Amino acid sequence: MKFIDIVKTAIANSFRSKVRTGLTVIAIFIGAFTLTITSGIGTGVTSYIDTQVTAIGAADVLTISKAADSTSSATEGPAAYDPSKATTVSLGNGSRPGTTIQALTAKDITAIGKTTGILRVDPSVRVTPDYIEYDGNGKFELIVNAAATLTTADLAAGAQLDNSSTTDEVLLPTTYLKNLGFADAKAAIGKTVSIGITDYTGVQQEAKATVIGVQNETILGVGAGLNQHLTDGLQAIQVTGAPAGASDSYATATALFDASSTAAEITAIKDDLATQGYASQTVADTIGSFQTVINVIIGVLNAFAVIALIAAGFGIINTLLMSVQERTREIGLMKAMGMNGGRVYTLFSTEAVFIGFLGSALGALAAVGVGSVVSNILADGVFSALPGLQVVQFAPSSIAIIIGVVMLIAFLAGTLPARSAARQNPIDALRYE
Amino acid sequence: MSVPVLSAQNIGKSYGSGANRFDALKGVSLDIAAGESIAIVGKSGSGKSTLMHLLALLDDPDSGTLLVEGTDAKKLKGKEVNRLRNQDFGFVFQQFFLTANASVLDNVVLPLKIAGVPPRERKARGMAALEQLELADKAKNKAINLSGGQKQRAVIARALVNNPKVIFADEPTGNLDTATGAVVEDILFALNKNNGITLIIVTHDIELAARCDRQIFIRDGLEDTTESGIPRKRHAGAHAGAHA
Repeated sequence: MKFIDIVKTAIANSFRSKVRTGLTVIAIFIGAFTLTITSGIGTGVTSYIDTQVTAIGAADVLTISKAADSTSSATEGPAAYDPSKATTVSLGNGSRPGTTIQALTAKDITAIGKTTGILRVDPSVRVTPDYIEYDGNGKFELIVNAAATLTTADLAAGAQLDNSSTTDEVLLPTTYLKNLGFADAKAAIGKTVSIGITDYTGVQQEAKATVIGVQNETILGVGAGLNQHLTDGLQAIQVTGAPAGASDSYATATALFDASSTAAEITAIKDDLATQGYASQTVADTIGSFQTVINVIIGVLNAFAVIALIAAGFGIINTLLMSVQERTREIGLMKAMGMNGGRVYTLFSTEAVFIGFLGSALGALAAVGVGSVVSNILADGVFSALPGLQVVQFAPSSIAIIIGVVMLIAFLAGTLPARSAARQNPIDALRYE
Repeated sequence: MSVPVLSAQNIGKSYGSGANRFDALKGVSLDIAAGESIAIVGKSGSGKSTLMHLLALLDDPDSGTLLVEGTDAKKLKGKEVNRLRNQDFGFVFQQFFLTANASVLDNVVLPLKIAGVPPRERKARGMAALEQLELADKAKNKAINLSGGQKQRAVIARALVNNPKVIFADEPTGNLDTATGAVVEDILFALNKNNGITLIIVTHDIELAARCDRQIFIRDGLEDTTESGIPRKRHAGAHAGAHA
């Protein structure tokens, strides 16, 4: 029997018992659908993150904080008070209220600066301006994105923040434009805005800054970005009138290292800092841990889909075993007419693979259809605040892999029935009444 | 005398083992010459079907030797056995074994499909075989929609389609009424006379057996040489005991 005839016969045979084949196909369909959707979400979210952080601008920056105090473990209670240690500070933005870590003092900053491989270290100052105003159009609250200088922004117009510049630069999110009175992103570039900030004694002062760029909303923190010069200026206002040493503790510090460092060298620097009692993370680490979480979620969803597919595999075994039983005579007849066992095996395996293909192709197709529609609805609804996020995206290669894997599972499931078919003795089969 | 198409020498076959052992065939010898028609006659359970299965290479004998055109069947490779079954042998069964929902033509060309004959040639040869059995107009019908006689003619067309040397017919008229059975018998004997196809018929019908050149009587797994080929009433074979 020629291969093409085997394929044709297998396809015709699988349609002979439509209800049975249909139910098996539905089982595979569910598995393939789930797998396609989860892989689509994986692709969509990953590609969104990638566009968000493409060309991580500050790959040569470490964020350093004091390592968690190992002596105050849950079982031993708090450690004895040590007057030489700095007081704890709240991590602020993003952490639970009241969460504290050991603060970095000026002494710590000096120690970090002396670490081999660290070129420069700056304590991270958090400025809290009161308002932003443009051209007398009214005052609006200003939220500062402290991470802005660490990443390359997804720009709507203008340029990136320049930390070595001696002018005061501000990077505005697109959402600020309308309220401040700018017609569009381009119109804002180069304009001067006023930023109000209260000093230590409670007096409100105002600083001027130039809009250097306008940024699309991102998931890595909302708010405006300030360059180093502007941050320093605002910090200076903020501590005006403060008693000496009051501002001398920092939650984190940013350290620069040689941008051409290898992964091993970076690890060495981090290890060195760790032995001194400092925890350090590169931007890649931060984003990496974010992606790891997403990958784990996708992985768990995929595992469920694979479980569904394995269950569907047993459906295939069942369908084909019934088919072999039903067609005992036919198999016997074909063998009596000189069809060899190998061909009979191929015939039934092909039928299994075809059922697998039918289920997975339909499942993938439906997933692409449903996923695209849902993704568009979500992009206009729930995720409208995150421009550019298509939650479900489909890569042809991953769909091809899914169909391939399902066909492989179907083939493996078909092995058992196909073997029992191939082993049929023509005599027993033909005597079967 | 030329080499017989099939030659069985004291072949035996048993099923099961131990206390359940059942000797279906206890040692039968016969030579079948090319172009002859031969009837294997016996009651159900006599071992006649087992003998046919062994002759058709559908089963292996436990004892004795079977020669196919002078070659020991045991020495034939699996591929060669499959070729013989496919091209040299044709089968006609009492229960027809047609695929119910496939068309008559598809049923008839099954041996050609197994042999790997291309579709166009398959169709031409299948139609020729159906033409020969006056079933050409039913080619597109589903096999299940044929009458009993038409089904058996379709089965004969399927047996013929590969131009076999030998046709094995297991109770070819068993499921047919007398008139239809007679038509099928005529077709089979015409093929034997006109095309020189060796005909091996397994039957308990003495009248059908009498139309063959030669009869082999099988009883309890052995050849019964006391039997003769005299036709008698159809149900005579159903009684126990010897028929003188």
